[in-house]
Amino acid sequence: MIRASIAGASGYAGGELLRLLLGHPEVEVAEITSERLAGKFAHGVHPNLRGATRLQFRGLDELSACDVLFVCLPHGESSRRIDDFRGIAGLIVDLGADFRLRDPAAYERWYGGPHPRPELLGQFVYGIPELNREALRDASLVACAGCNATAAILALKPMCDARVAQSAVIEVLVGSSEAGNQATAASHHPERSGAARAFKPTGHRHLGEIAAALGVEDLHFSATSIEMVRGVLATCHVFADRALEDRELWRIYRDAYAEEPFVRIVKGQSGIHRYPEPGILAGTNYCDVGFERDPDTKRVVAMSALDNLMKGAAGQAVHAFNLMCGFRETAGLDFMGLHPL
Amino acid sequence: MTKCPVCDAPVEASEDPVEGELLECPECGSELEILDLDPVVLGEAPQAEEDWGE
Repeated sequence: MIRASIAGASGYAGGELLRLLLGHPEVEVAEITSERLAGKFAHGVHPNLRGATRLQFRGLDELSACDVLFVCLPHGESSRRIDDFRGIAGLIVDLGADFRLRDPAAYERWYGGPHPRPELLGQFVYGIPELNREALRDASLVACAGCNATAAILALKPMCDARVAQSAVIEVLVGSSEAGNQATAASHHPERSGAARAFKPTGHRHLGEIAAALGVEDLHFSATSIEMVRGVLATCHVFADRALEDRELWRIYRDAYAEEPFVRIVKGQSGIHRYPEPGILAGTNYCDVGFERDPDTKRVVAMSALDNLMKGAAGQAVHAFNLMCGFRETAGLDFMGLHPL
Repeated sequence: MTKCPVCDAPVEASEDPVEGELLECPECGSELEILDLDPVVLGEAPQAEEDWGE
């Protein structure tokens, strides 16, 4: 069994990761940390885990050696503590944003200051398996992608790889859990409930990841929070180099994803579930992708949906971990979702 | 095994197909009709139209 610990397990992503690892056939969860909740039981803040574990949170400085350390800390913390973490575990999977970009200049552009450890940026493998499967098999340092970035990248990657996409405008609709489990004025129930709020029409940090992963420069990204707890729905308006036919698009997407265990093409000709929907993906590691071409222009609308805490965070981390350790890719990630919710 | 005329997914006809038989593409969900048997040729099935005259 692999001994896994979670640094920063009291948040939503950390809680989902703990849930997944407790059910993973190859993992024993060794330790979980929270500075705020040190000494408290995990089920106190993750009530779904009552009865599944008697683990108690401890402080980061109390972490002992383990095989793999999952890091779910606020931005900047993993950069600051990376040397300590590497002394604790041979494998590190970071769910934060510190090491997602390989280019120090890009980091400075998107995060507003120089990276504290720029020499390490190139050592982390970006954690989307559909992009970096082979590199993940040999990786000891992994930086999982942002949730919105994952949705956008998986929607657009097939057309970018096929070199038919010239530019794209990405709009993501996101749930409130993206903002974490700490209350803010914006998350206060009377302010958040029922809201459809453009919270980052331009300048979202995830665009840096998306551009780096897709290799297309003319990309635009806006994010809007809506009445939803979990989930991302990405609608990407792709301007292609020519008018594409349905069968060509099917071939492009099938070539990219036919063998992928967690990406499904959803483009129905009938029924009510014709395109990706985040609702039915809650708790799963799937990313559903779909597309529709505008018959009168060169525009293709590429869509994707995922659970931001799963495929956009904890599930992606476990998928990457499975590759790093040579386990079955779907180990611990078998949940098919619920319908209806 | 033949292909869906809409999305190119493989579509398997029944063991004893008959002309006019309707199938559903397992990938895109298109309703398909067997137009010919040797070999099996599929086309998009005509959409049912409401008949208000009955």
